[in-house]
Amino acid sequence: MSDTILELTDVTLAFKGLTAINGLSFSVRRGEICALIGPNGAGKSSLLNILNGVYRPQSGTIVFEGERFHRMEPLKAARRGIGRSFQNNALFSGMSVLDNVIVGLSRRARASLVEEALRLPRARAQEAAFRERARAVLRLLDLESRAGTAVGTLPYGIQKKVELARALVAEPSLLLLDEPLAGMNAREKDEIAALIERLNRELALTIVLIEHDLGIVLRLAHHVVVLDYGRKLADGPPDSIRNDPDVIAAYIGAGPAALAA
Amino acid sequence: MSLFLETLIGGVLAGTLYALVAIGFVLIYKASGVFNYAQGSLLLFGALTFVSLKETGVPIAAALAVTAGLLIVTAVAIERFLLRPLTNRGPLTLFMATLGLSYLVEGVAQGLMGSRVRALDLGIEDLPLFLGDIMISRFDLVAAGVAVVLVVALALLFHRTRIGIQLRGVADDTRAALSLGIDIHRIWQIVWAVAGLVGLVAGLLWGARQGVQFSLSLVVLKALPVLIIGGFTSIAGAIVGGIVVGAGESLAETYVGPFLGGGITSWFAYGLALAFLLVRPAGLLGERPIERV
Repeated sequence: MSDTILELTDVTLAFKGLTAINGLSFSVRRGEICALIGPNGAGKSSLLNILNGVYRPQSGTIVFEGERFHRMEPLKAARRGIGRSFQNNALFSGMSVLDNVIVGLSRRARASLVEEALRLPRARAQEAAFRERARAVLRLLDLESRAGTAVGTLPYGIQKKVELARALVAEPSLLLLDEPLAGMNAREKDEIAALIERLNRELALTIVLIEHDLGIVLRLAHHVVVLDYGRKLADGPPDSIRNDPDVIAAYIGAGPAALAA
Repeated sequence: MSLFLETLIGGVLAGTLYALVAIGFVLIYKASGVFNYAQGSLLLFGALTFVSLKETGVPIAAALAVTAGLLIVTAVAIERFLLRPLTNRGPLTLFMATLGLSYLVEGVAQGLMGSRVRALDLGIEDLPLFLGDIMISRFDLVAAGVAVVLVVALALLFHRTRIGIQLRGVADDTRAALSLGIDIHRIWQIVWAVAGLVGLVAGLLWGARQGVQFSLSLVVLKALPVLIIGGFTSIAGAIVGGIVVGAGESLAETYVGPFLGGGITSWFAYGLALAFLLVRPAGLLGERPIERV
């Protein structure tokens, strides 16, 4: 297996007149945390949506796990092992935490429709196995005590963790996180950041994330890609990004002191 | 007292048939977020196909199997050629599409099978049954029994299997469902097929009562107040709503009708629905939107 899990070459995405992503190339190494940063409208979310098959770029190539994206769709992306979370929680709010996580296992389902409708032995065995795996992930994220709670009634920070659990349970080979720390207080941010780091280390999980909190990004990521107006402004380890004058000028519009904080 | 009981029981039994029609709407509304205007046409299409097959001498069981198969194929085709190209469009677009579909299905069904009234004999003898001095229609009892069995089967399918939680996931957040690897197209096909089959059963039971013809597709109009009362998003609500409408209608006709000069059944359900809209817009068991403030 190659060291590169994801490689984008000259990817361009335009909506009518607006070019969201413009000739973008970068690659993600297996097992790293890669952060996408940049001002609002830089194309970060569009990029995540390309990787997850929601948008199809007009040109360029994307290679994931050695295979080229061809007419990628969200369903295909999920089945190939790309998991994701959404910027504003996209949980199934009426369902329990456990059920949400069990739905996360959909791509692992092997029992046929008829087997499931009639609850034949294979479907029942699958269900028991799913339940067990979902509980294991809840244990991992310290959510076990919430298993039976309806998601909609939980505080926002906990919901974010549930969404993470749901994305994790099917063991994706690439996890896309869209602003996992948005809307959290400092304590919750630290907790989720530590969790992301732990998942990356213990499960050797490759993570691509979008985040605005620069302090945390520069601490957490191994590799940072800076976008501005759909173009790549900088690409490298946090230390080089921290001191890149282009990044400082475009992203912060302030002196280097802002980034050093 | 026996008049009251007789009226009530007759009403409740008729109500289960309303519920059956309403359930077809709830299923599709939950999964595709659209009020399926074509539900009545599908119901008529199923009943017409069945009657036509039966008239050519096909045995009941075979006619039922062929009709069911045809409805499943239709559901898959609707998903493939109507819903899939319209994915992510607004509810109004989808509603207009089902409106068009309704006329298409009706036109094709009547074009192929004619528009005259056909009698439908399901082989259920309609002799009244007496419980003490209370008279109950045997046909209504069988019809209600069939409806109950069907509802229990649906409840098991949607609450005890993974198909059910996937359906709820799709209903709740489509893009999240997709990102988890739920095949929403498959879910839509299942739901439309199940709604078609529920419509077939409802169509046969109604058709046996009033004959199979175009006006059969209008029984779905009674489903509207049932849904408003029960709640658009709840199967249990459709059942409760159906029974409330059936029983209310029947009681109102017996006890209030004489003072108002009859015809009360044609508007009673709508009046009740209007009252519900004012007092409890989400219906008895519908999901009230929760917002954090």
